[in-house]
Amino acid sequence: MSELTKSETPGQVRILDAERLSTQKPVTLWGTARKRLFKRKSAILGIVILGLLALVAIFAPLLAPYPPDQVLIGIENVKVRQAPCIHIFGCPADQPQHIMGIDGNVRDEFSRVIFGARLSLIIGFTCVTFAIIIGTILGALAGYLGGWVDNVIMRFMDVLLAFPSLLLAIAIVTILGPGLINALLAIGIVSIPAYARVTRSAVLSTREMEFVAASRALGGSTLYILFGRILPNSMTPLIVQGTLGIATAILDAAALSFLGLGAQPPTPEWGSMLSAERNQVFTAPYLVFYPGLAIMLVVLSFNLLGDGLRDALDPRLAMQTK
Amino acid sequence: MFTYILRRILSSIPVLFGILAVTFILARAIPGDPCRAMLGEKATQAVCDQFIHRHGLDKPILTQFRIYVTEIARGDFGESLRYGKPVTTLMSERLPTTLELTFAAMGFSIFVGIPLGIISAVRQNSFVDIGTMVVANIGISMPVFWLGLMLAYVFALLLRGTPFQLPPSGRLSPGLSPDPFYVVWGLQVTSQGLLGVLNFISRLNMLNAILIGRLDIFLDALKHIILPAVAVGTIPLALIARMTRSSMLDVLGTDYMRTARAKGVPRYTQVMKHGLRNALLPLVTIIGLSLGSFLGGAVLTETIFNLSGVGRILYDAITARDYIIVQSFTVVIAIFFVVLNLIVDISYLYLDPRVRLE
Repeated sequence: MSELTKSETPGQVRILDAERLSTQKPVTLWGTARKRLFKRKSAILGIVILGLLALVAIFAPLLAPYPPDQVLIGIENVKVRQAPCIHIFGCPADQPQHIMGIDGNVRDEFSRVIFGARLSLIIGFTCVTFAIIIGTILGALAGYLGGWVDNVIMRFMDVLLAFPSLLLAIAIVTILGPGLINALLAIGIVSIPAYARVTRSAVLSTREMEFVAASRALGGSTLYILFGRILPNSMTPLIVQGTLGIATAILDAAALSFLGLGAQPPTPEWGSMLSAERNQVFTAPYLVFYPGLAIMLVVLSFNLLGDGLRDALDPRLAMQTK
Repeated sequence: MFTYILRRILSSIPVLFGILAVTFILARAIPGDPCRAMLGEKATQAVCDQFIHRHGLDKPILTQFRIYVTEIARGDFGESLRYGKPVTTLMSERLPTTLELTFAAMGFSIFVGIPLGIISAVRQNSFVDIGTMVVANIGISMPVFWLGLMLAYVFALLLRGTPFQLPPSGRLSPGLSPDPFYVVWGLQVTSQGLLGVLNFISRLNMLNAILIGRLDIFLDALKHIILPAVAVGTIPLALIARMTRSSMLDVLGTDYMRTARAKGVPRYTQVMKHGLRNALLPLVTIIGLSLGSFLGGAVLTETIFNLSGVGRILYDAITARDYIIVQSFTVVIAIFFVVLNLIVDISYLYLDPRVRLE
């Protein structure tokens, strides 16, 4: 009110207020969510690490000094599992630089770790996309249709949840045969129940709302109401679950590769790189340390981001900041 | 109260049935001749005929399923050709190692995780709180097998010669092979079943050491289990610490806590009696949910620390495509998992009077 002059009448004041209101930016869920997300230091850290990893993955051929599966015998004077050689840390300049050392097949470990970022991110997104699509459809049908459909779907999900997830994934891949695609499929299958449950409960709480009733009154088809009206309004818990799910998927995929069920050599996958050198942990610890550290970083970034999103997208919390 | 327990038990029957159905379907989904797939390429025609007849593989699929369920209910999982032993025998030999590891890991994660969570909640935003939460975030992001390898490297190699040196493999130092407690006690056991049970118990090294009164063996076993237990327990520890913290924070903000403060209840009693008891419920749920992570962790960790438990045999079976072992162990672990979750559910009765009154 301070900018008002004394000559203004109460009527003018009302108009000015109205103008101020209409020029104010509308408050949206995503707007507040973004604000809240950027207030959390841990979430920002997650975004930064993830951004860097994405850049590394995209520009891997430019960043990596060697192709990931190039054997250096005859090209450079290096030995099997040679220790890291970093010039600025006192490694003689006449020796080729290998900042993470040389692996058991005389390849540059650093290049392989860099290329591993691609695979790791692809693995995470593929598993979760697969699980979200199937889980959402199942959960939405269960929640919207109810009755026996709900019962059949959710009891089946309970059975899948009754297995320790890694164990079920192991059983599935053992049967399908080892390989990256089968491992992804197995991890996708075991993570379906989480998304089905989240979607079902979101749909249950949304389907009785007035805008859904309005759509129904306007003659919208069941499919349209479910996928056009209800699901878009049930997205937030799915986004949170999906982000945290990527972290779990990457960890599980690495575990399957470690057991020899996932990516097969010479694929530069962190889990299988670690598995190949695990007996050398006492003689060449760097070959075990770096791939594991890389897995930890990527998982950590998704976990931090997921936690941040959960807090940011929670409408109860979002109302408090403004 | 009894209806609650009964309802829980009844509701887990369809789940058990589902587990059997899923594992049955998985076993039938193995491509190729089921006999050669299950028993290996070397199985002779005679062995195969016997196998097919025994499991009714020449009968309709529903009959096959009935036979499968009956066999499991009898505890008969068939025989692993590779080991030349019934799977049940293999289980009773291997399970104690895994159980010991699981309990040690659970103990570690609960007895370290809960106090850390409480301190973090009581001293919110303090140095301890921030440190714990950073470590917890890193803890849930680490691959178990990597942590295990790194612990082995640090404690067995880097710290060699210091008091912190810990053995990276096995369950006991070489040369130590304690007699089972029933032999030391001079018990004359004639019943085969009882002998099996006593053998099972005596394979729990730490318990056996206590029962025969050998402190040196107990400490040796304890020393050997520290590294694998820390590796397996770290992820659940991080989850438990985070959950304790948020659950405690919720409780600390309630009106009855303010009342307790106002009437001058000592700080310790406030936190431990009024607070923790009410914060325990979500914690028990989390501990129940982490059981899967303990078991998965055991599979990955046993190979690293050279422990011949369930995880190790599963790993070897995976490598050798020994489907019978993978299938039987999957069923048994899943059933075990359901039963443990049932126990967790029933423990709510003790923890939460509201459940009791329902």
